[in-house]
Amino acid sequence: MIDAILETRMLNRFFGGLQAVKDVSLRVPRGAIQAVIGPNGAGKTTLFNLIAGTLAPHGGEVFFLGRSITAWKPHAVAGLGIARTFQTTKLFPYMTVLENIMVGRHPRTRSGFLAGMLNLPRTWREEREVRARALAILDDLGLAEYASETAANLPFGRQRLVEFARALATEPLLLLLDEPAAGLNIYETRELAELIVRIRDRGVTCLVVEHDMSLVMSISDDVVVLDEGRTIAEGPPRAIQRNPEVIRIYLGEDHAAARES
Amino acid sequence: MNLAQVVQYCLSGVTVGSVYAVVAIGFNIIYSTTGIINFAQGEFLIVGAMTAISLSRVVPLPIAVLLAVLVTTVVGGLVERVFIRRVRDASILRLIVITIGVSILLREGMLHVWDEKVRSLPYFSGTEVSSISLLGAHISPQVLWVLGVCAVIVAGLTLFFRFTLTGRAMRACADDRMAARLCGINDSWMVTLSFMLSAAIGALAGCVISPVTQTQYDMGAPLAIKGFTVAILGGLGNSMAAVVAGLLLGLLETFMVSQMAVAYKEAVSIVVLLLVLVFRPSGLFNRREVSALRTAP
Amino acid sequence: MTGPRRYWPVVAAAILVVTLQIALSVCDAAYYMTQITMSAYYALVVIGLCLLMGYAGQASLGHAGFFAVGGYTSAVLTTCNLVAWRDTAPIAWCRSLGLVFERQDLYGRAVLAFSPWPALVAALVVTGLIALLIGLPVIRLRGHYLAMATLGFGLIIYRIVLGAQTLGQADGISSVPPFRLIAALQVNGRPLYRVQNYYIAWAVVLVVMVLAINLVHSRIGRALRSIHQNEDAAHSLGVNTYRCKLATFVLSALLAALGGVLLTHYNGSIGPSEVTVMKSVRYVAIVAVGGMANLWGAMLMGILLNFLSLRGVFGTYDDAVFGAILIAMMLFAPQGVLRIPGRRAFSSVLAGRSHD
Repeated sequence: MIDAILETRMLNRFFGGLQAVKDVSLRVPRGAIQAVIGPNGAGKTTLFNLIAGTLAPHGGEVFFLGRSITAWKPHAVAGLGIARTFQTTKLFPYMTVLENIMVGRHPRTRSGFLAGMLNLPRTWREEREVRARALAILDDLGLAEYASETAANLPFGRQRLVEFARALATEPLLLLLDEPAAGLNIYETRELAELIVRIRDRGVTCLVVEHDMSLVMSISDDVVVLDEGRTIAEGPPRAIQRNPEVIRIYLGEDHAAARES
Repeated sequence: MNLAQVVQYCLSGVTVGSVYAVVAIGFNIIYSTTGIINFAQGEFLIVGAMTAISLSRVVPLPIAVLLAVLVTTVVGGLVERVFIRRVRDASILRLIVITIGVSILLREGMLHVWDEKVRSLPYFSGTEVSSISLLGAHISPQVLWVLGVCAVIVAGLTLFFRFTLTGRAMRACADDRMAARLCGINDSWMVTLSFMLSAAIGALAGCVISPVTQTQYDMGAPLAIKGFTVAILGGLGNSMAAVVAGLLLGLLETFMVSQMAVAYKEAVSIVVLLLVLVFRPSGLFNRREVSALRTAP
Repeated sequence: MTGPRRYWPVVAAAILVVTLQIALSVCDAAYYMTQITMSAYYALVVIGLCLLMGYAGQASLGHAGFFAVGGYTSAVLTTCNLVAWRDTAPIAWCRSLGLVFERQDLYGRAVLAFSPWPALVAALVVTGLIALLIGLPVIRLRGHYLAMATLGFGLIIYRIVLGAQTLGQADGISSVPPFRLIAALQVNGRPLYRVQNYYIAWAVVLVVMVLAINLVHSRIGRALRSIHQNEDAAHSLGVNTYRCKLATFVLSALLAALGGVLLTHYNGSIGPSEVTVMKSVRYVAIVAVGGMANLWGAMLMGILLNFLSLRGVFGTYDDAVFGAILIAMMLFAPQGVLRIPGRRAFSSVLAGRSHD
C-alpha cells in the first residue's frame, strides 16, 4: 500500500546470542507522527539503526515508499530522503553551526572532487545556494545568532536543536528522531513538540523514539510499543495508555491487574 | 623435493614462524589491554638481542640474556610511561604516529649506541656447524632452543593469564577497562605491565633467534609487519590463534623462498597481509564480527 | 571561507618566492635554489599526505613508495632503449603519435625512448591503480590497517627496486633526460636552468596548493572534515565515507607520484634511498609538525625541513630528528606548530578551520 511511507516486515537482529529485535513489523503512514516507546533495552534504537542502515538486519525487510531498502548503507538511505538524529548528539564539534548545517545539504548537492578542486562557476553557485539554504534553516529554527559559533561551544539544548536543523537540511521525507527530548527541560520539550508538529505540517513524516510520555501523548497520531525486541501493542495514544500489556511492562503486574478490574 | 629437504624446510619454517608468533602475541597483549597497535613491537626484539650481544662479552651467556630481557622490559615500561600514557584517549591517528615515532627513536638509538654492523649472539649450545640429524635433515641445536623457548613463552603466558591474579586482572582490563577499574584493579599499571610483558617476550625471542638470523639495528620494522600479519591472520587479540598463524606464515615463507628469489621473501608476508585484509579481516579463527574494528559497519 | 580571501596566502607566497629568488641571486647564493627546488617537489608529497591525514584522517606509512612508483616508472620509460624494436608495429604506432622519440645518449648512440609526457601519464596511471588496489579493501577498516598495509607496500616497493635488474638495483636509474614542458621550459637540474626550474617547481607547488585549498573549502572538503570529526553523523547525512576516503587516498598517492616524476627528471636519476621506510615516516613527521589539517603549515614545513635535511644540517641524526619531531608533535602539539592559541584570525586564514 502506497500510503505507508515506511514499512518493516519481520525485522530481526541478533547481537551474539541476544535477539535485540524480534519479528518487528510496522507501518508508518505518510504525513503521520508515529512514536515508538518501550522500556530501556526494548530495541528501539536498534530498530532505528536497522531502518537507517547503520546495522544490517539478520532477517526481514524494510520498505521505503514501496521500495526495498533492506541493508542499504546509511548514506544511500539518506540520499533517498530518510534523515535521523541520534540519542547522543553527534555534531561536528570543531565546525561552526552553519558548517554543520551545510553538511546536511550534502545529499542534495553534487560537486565532487574535480569540481571542488577546479572551483568552477557551477561550484560557486552551488556553494552560495548551500550557504543560503543553511542560513534559512537556522533562521527558521531561531538559531541564526549561533551561525558562526563553534558547535561544541553551544549549550546542550541548542546543540540538539542544531542536530535537528542539520537533519532537516537534507530535505527528508521521513525523519527518524531518537529520543529528541532527552536532557531537555519542560519548556524546551514543549518547543520541541511544536517544532515537530510544524515539520510534519510541512510534509515530513516523523518517527519518534521517546521516553517522555507527555511529548508522545501530545503529538503522536499513532504509538507502537516495543518490549524485549517485540511489538506488543499499537494504536492511538489514548488506547495505548489504557492497554494492560503496556502498563504491565512499565509499571508491573499489580497495576495492570488493577487496570483490568 | 625429497623427504630430508621437506623436513629441513618445515623445521626452518616452524622456527621463524614461532618467532613471528611471539611478536604477534606481543601485539595482542598490548592491543587487548589498550586497543593500541604498537608499531615499535619489532624493535623490542632487536633491543633485547643487541643488549645481550654486548653483555655476553662480559658475563656468561645465560646471564647476558636474562639481563637483556630485564633491560628491555624496563625500556618497554618507560616507553609506555613517557609516551603512551599521555595520549591514551587520543585519536587512532595520533596513537599510530606516536608508536611509529617511538620505533624510530628506538632504532636510531640503537644505531648510535651500536652501529649498523650485523652481529649475533653465540649459539646457545654447540657452534654454527654442529648439527643434529632428524629424518635425514640436519638441524642446528639452536632450532630446538628457539622452538623450546617460544613454547615456554606461550605456555608461561597461558598459565599467567589463566591462573595468576595479575594475569586475570589484565584480562579483565582487556574486556572492560571501566569495570576492571571499578573492581579496584589499577588499570594504568596494567597498561604499563602489558608493554613490559610484550617487551620481555620480544627480547627473549630476539635473543634466541639471533644466532640463526643474525641481528641488525633495522630489522625491527620487517619483524613488526610479519608479527602484525600473523596477529591479523589469527585474529587480533587471539593469541592461541597467533601461534598457529605464526607457524603457517613461517612455513609459507620458507617454502616460497625455496621456489623464488630470496629478495622477494618479504613480499610473502605482505601479500598475505593484504589478502587477509581483503577477504577475512577478522582473522581465520575469530568468528566475532569485524564491525568492532570497522569504522562504519 | 568563501571568496577570494582564501587565495591571499597564495599571492603572498608567490611574492615571497620571487623575493627569495632575487635575494639569492643578488647575494650570490643561487645554489641554494637547487635545494629549494628539490624541497618543493618533496612538498608535493606532503601536501597530498596532509589531505589524507588531516582531512580524511588516515595514516599512510608508504608514501615514499608512491613517490618511487611515479619516479621509477617515468625513469624506466624515458631511459629504456627501444631502438631494437624500432620498426615493430606497437613502437611504430607510438612513434606516429609522438610518444617516443629519438635522441642521442652520452656516448652518441641512438636511443629510442618514451618522451616524458606519456611517461608522466603512465606513472600516474600505475600509481593510481596501485593506490586503488591497496585502498579498496583496506580503507573500510580501522586506521591501523591502512597504516600497516601502506608500510608493507613501501617495503615491497623497496625490495623490488633493490632486487630488480631493470630498476638498477642499488644504483637506481640514472641518465634520466630532462622533461621538456612547453616552449623553452624544461625540468632540468643543470645550473644553466637553475632559476627557470626554481620557478617551475614553485609554479607546480602553488597550482597544487590552489587546487588543494579549493578542495578543502568545497563540498567534498566539508564532507571530509565531517568524516574526520564524526563519522557516523557524516554517514547518516548522505556522505559516502568510504568513497571519500578512498578518493582522497588515491589523490594523495597521485600527488606523491607527481613529485616523484618531477624530481626524478630534475635530478636526472632516482635510487632506492627514496623509498625507505624512513622517508615515508619523514613525510608523516612533516605533516604532523605543520599541522595535520593545515595545508600551508604542511607545505612550509615540507620546504623547510627538507631543505635543512638536504643541506645536511642534521648530520647523522637526520632520521632521529624526524622521529623526535614526530613524537614531540604528537605529545605536545597535535595540531602542529603553526597553531598558536590566540592567533585565531591569522591561523584561520591559513587553515580553513578543520580542527581547533
